[in-house]
Amino acid sequence: MNEINQVRKPPVATTGIIGWFRINLFFNWTNSLITLFVIYCLYQFIPWILDWTIFSADFKYNYLGEQITNQEMCSRNLDPENGGACWAVIYVRFYQFIYGFYPKVEVWRVNVAYVMLAVALLPLLYTQLPYRKYFLYFTYIFPVIAYFLLNGGLGFTEVSTNKWGGLLVTLVLGCTGIALAFPIGIMLALGRRSKLPVISMMCTLFIEFIRGVPLITLLFFGMVMLPLFLPEGIDMDGLVRVLVAVTLFQSAYMAEVIRGGLQAIPPGQYEAAKSLGMSYWRMNLLIVLPQAIRISIPPIVNTSIGLFKDTTLVIIVGILDLLGIGRGTLADTNWLGLSYEIYFFVSLVFFIFTFGMSRYSLYLEKKLKTGINMGAD
Amino acid sequence: MSEESIISLKNVNKWFGDFHVLQDVNLEVKKKERIVVCGPSGSGKSTMIRCINRLEEHQEGSIVVDGIELTGNLKNIDNVRKEVGMVFQQFNLFPHLSVKENITLAPIWVKKMPKAEAEELAMRQLEIVKIPEQANKYPGQLSGGQQQRVAIARSLAMNPNIMLFDEPTSALDPEMIKEVLDVMVDLANGGMTMIVVTHEMGFAKTVADRMVFMDEGKIVEEASPDKFFNNPDSDRTKLFLSQILHQ
Repeated sequence: MNEINQVRKPPVATTGIIGWFRINLFFNWTNSLITLFVIYCLYQFIPWILDWTIFSADFKYNYLGEQITNQEMCSRNLDPENGGACWAVIYVRFYQFIYGFYPKVEVWRVNVAYVMLAVALLPLLYTQLPYRKYFLYFTYIFPVIAYFLLNGGLGFTEVSTNKWGGLLVTLVLGCTGIALAFPIGIMLALGRRSKLPVISMMCTLFIEFIRGVPLITLLFFGMVMLPLFLPEGIDMDGLVRVLVAVTLFQSAYMAEVIRGGLQAIPPGQYEAAKSLGMSYWRMNLLIVLPQAIRISIPPIVNTSIGLFKDTTLVIIVGILDLLGIGRGTLADTNWLGLSYEIYFFVSLVFFIFTFGMSRYSLYLEKKLKTGINMGAD
Repeated sequence: MSEESIISLKNVNKWFGDFHVLQDVNLEVKKKERIVVCGPSGSGKSTMIRCINRLEEHQEGSIVVDGIELTGNLKNIDNVRKEVGMVFQQFNLFPHLSVKENITLAPIWVKKMPKAEAEELAMRQLEIVKIPEQANKYPGQLSGGQQQRVAIARSLAMNPNIMLFDEPTSALDPEMIKEVLDVMVDLANGGMTMIVVTHEMGFAKTVADRMVFMDEGKIVEEASPDKFFNNPDSDRTKLFLSQILHQ
């Protein structure tokens, strides 16, 4: 009689930590061998990397206690046996890495913009945020505020964009490119699927042309040829030209990603929306796009991460982004030979941003999946 | 019986490529009339009712719904769709929205109804289809029969004059068919004008005012259920009935 209430538990050896180890790391002897080999490699590598990056590294002073002002003073150049990384180069050039050549008196404006960017992203990242609606209003007007803050106008002194550089340029290009390309990409994707042949053909032509050309070519195009199309007397800012090129490039890719999502929506969804009397735009905005974008989150984030990294290509048209500042520093005789440190730092900064995006997309996928079985019909 | 028709199809023709799917179809439906359309698959019965709310375009002839002729005029199409509700074989609920949102969406956005009022309406419709307790679930969490009842509630929330049913029980497990048919019988008893494409002959006998039998794009026979089941004119009808009634 008691047996009815007894819940049979799975065997101990298949659950919990021990079970996990047994199944995943020591399932059979080849598996165990690989596990041991990997542990050995990690044992060799981790202490070495920690020693080089942290324990034996110089941050501001070398091992003699002197403040480092050039590469000759790095511990590893004074005593090759002794030193690790020489992070002093990052310390000394930190300002350039983060702000480029932005005037020091005005740099608070960039800092304010950075903080505002974080606040503007908050309601997008956390949908549970209290007073999210008001935060979102801020997000919408943030680009305008940021424009006046960074560029000048409305009482702020103008800071020409050729003084911008480093992380500032990387973030401006990355964020603007991604943010503008998203709506443009949606319009292009809808346009390409439109039943009106002229619209569909124009969108297809645009997408295929932009996608068929390397980003570098588009950047040159923006730099050299865009001014030719503008009326005389109007000079387009260099950064804006690059921004146009980057946005067009990203839009074409985004359009194809979203089109992929649109194709996954069963025709029945369109029919149901139409039979309820919805217009084309309502049907797309309320029924089709929410589902299509949800399906496309992984590739959307994938192309966005791609673009964020591709912004480093602007170096070839003379704009110094984070990597550009790094390469500039390397060319400085004071800091010759510190390429490990500089590339490590630049990689780390890019990794932090891209890893953040990737984590966010996973969170989003998980959140949107709860309670919804998209494959039900 | 000289009452004005609410739906009128005259010499309707339609082709899919070279395939002549509707051939000179004529059908008059009066207000509050309940029509059951049956016929073998590929006979054009789904296509015919999908032409009535312009999910398919007819190429020849005329279709007039509640005084509005269906042409390329988008305004007319929108107006007809506001009059006509449709229930599909595959339910076609919006999977990203909860049951309640599925029902309130069109009243809010198409009819500009205030949200609170729309939600009240949604709950009333869910009472009618007997699943108010599912209001906050998502379609993927419901059984097929429940989903189809939500689909009916969603259509009814737009307060249509005419309901079209395109094989509403064909995708359901046998034990769920009855719960959907019960709702449809209630609806018929409430005086809704209905055109139902179905093979549920029990349902047809109970509610139909008129049976329409289609084959190869033509209406072969139109008769009262009594005559249709007991003494049909055409041999094609007899053959069809003998096949489906002896399943």
